[in-house]
Amino acid sequence: MRLRYVVDRAGKYLLLLPAVFSIVVVFMIGLFTLLEALPAFRQIGLGPLLLGSVWRPTMESYGLLAMIAGSVLVTLGALVLGVPLALGCAILLAEVAPAWFRAVVRPAIELLAGIPSVVYGLFGMVVLVPLVREVFPVPGNTGFGLLSASIVLAVMILPTITNIAEDSIRAVPREYKEGSLALGATHWQTIVRVILPTASSGIIAGIMLGIGRAIGETMAMIMVIGNSIIFPQPLNDNPLTIFLSQARTLTGNIAVEIAYATGVHESALFATGVVLFVMIILINRLAYLLIRGRLLTLYGGGQ
Amino acid sequence: MDFRPKITVERYYLYYGDFCALRDVNIQIPAGQITAIIGPSGCGKSTLLRTFNRMNDLIPNVRVEGKVEIDGADIFSADVVELRRRVGMVFQRPNPFPMSIYDNVAYGPRAHGVRNRAKLDEIVERSLRDAVLWDEVKDTLNKSALALSGGQQQRLCIARALSVQPEVLLLDEPASALDPISTFKIEELLRELKKHLTIVIVTHNMQQAARVSDYTAMMMLTSEEERSGTVIEFDRTVTIFTNPRDPRTEDYVTGRFG
Repeated sequence: MRLRYVVDRAGKYLLLLPAVFSIVVVFMIGLFTLLEALPAFRQIGLGPLLLGSVWRPTMESYGLLAMIAGSVLVTLGALVLGVPLALGCAILLAEVAPAWFRAVVRPAIELLAGIPSVVYGLFGMVVLVPLVREVFPVPGNTGFGLLSASIVLAVMILPTITNIAEDSIRAVPREYKEGSLALGATHWQTIVRVILPTASSGIIAGIMLGIGRAIGETMAMIMVIGNSIIFPQPLNDNPLTIFLSQARTLTGNIAVEIAYATGVHESALFATGVVLFVMIILINRLAYLLIRGRLLTLYGGGQ
Repeated sequence: MDFRPKITVERYYLYYGDFCALRDVNIQIPAGQITAIIGPSGCGKSTLLRTFNRMNDLIPNVRVEGKVEIDGADIFSADVVELRRRVGMVFQRPNPFPMSIYDNVAYGPRAHGVRNRAKLDEIVERSLRDAVLWDEVKDTLNKSALALSGGQQQRLCIARALSVQPEVLLLDEPASALDPISTFKIEELLRELKKHLTIVIVTHNMQQAARVSDYTAMMMLTSEEERSGTVIEFDRTVTIFTNPRDPRTEDYVTGRFG
């Protein structure tokens, strides 16, 4: 009896260990990044760092706004292209496609998550970049830029969003679907008016995870986005040509320059990391609020 | 009272793959009456009920043979969406959608193309009144339907089914998850509704069948080997409960087995 009791206690603590370890690691990384970034915050100042649009380390000018815009725009582009695609896949797999089709397609989509990002970058560089250059013959369009990067990123976040959206669509109680069909609603009406709204909190969660992955993506972005330190802007009168503009992401900024950076420059790169950190925390927070709000309207007593 | 058949079932068979779940079912459901389907668990009561609005279509590998007609028209060649509008269904567990009370009732009419707000208001009020729920919810129509009690939720589901003005209402053990008072309210409601509707109710509860129905269909498994369900006796409820022809029916309604 006593031995069993001891093993039980020991097991509990043994399981606690890895949990504590991972928390400590996250905390240490955050702390380390913040400490390394402190000189930059002190010498450059938060305002110029966040709102300055010129990044020229040789001139002691460290503005991150162009890179923030690059990261935000490429993520937005990826969402515009990727979310409809992923949702379409999820609805198809969960509601429409026969079992054999799902058995083939779902593993294929999951495989997308296993491809190393450098391979995505390679594909983007060799196939997408020339394609974008050919298809949009606008002066100044090199093919490298936000559009190519958005397309690559859209494919990269596809499995994340598809999987989570499909699972949440499948989790919608069968009773809802039957209730709707029994009223003479068509399958499509049932999907749009009952199933998707009910699954929306899960779908939002999937999109948010996709955004997190998109903002953090580095290698593939470096390879196709051009990395020019310019504030993205339209190449001609058409505002949409902004997506043909080259750009640099926050992640790319760190990866490209850290090898030779010293002093304030190095610290400013850590500050770039802190900005990324904060952006991702804010997105997670937003996701939490959106999902909670959605659940409240679905199941709450009020409104 | 003259007997006008609303639903006619003749030599009806239903298969799940190779398994014959319903075998040689013959029954005529009278119009404007309440028909109860009783029988032991797993004898195909719900499957038969789900035949009438073709809910079984949702299950893969289901195959049917024989004739099922509503008002003399074959249901299997009918447009399934229109069929389900005409043949409403209320399920065992209350299943209001996770939306407001109003949107729940307006769901059906909207799906059938009613956009006019005044018209929707009118339908929602009429349906909720018909389901005897209006007075309880008229001030909270915008609240989530899931905040209602179980009995209220089930009456909401009845209101939702009534909103598209069905001719037939199918109920699959509608009171099995409810307390006695809610059950009583629903039974009262059914007696009121049969003035305009043909009602078919599956129930496990013998007293409920006796209290609420005019006609009763007794279902049973054909044999231990086949395990197919079939209707062994159909008659006026009074007859079924007091003077059944089949000894198995007598055993069942007197509680000797099942």
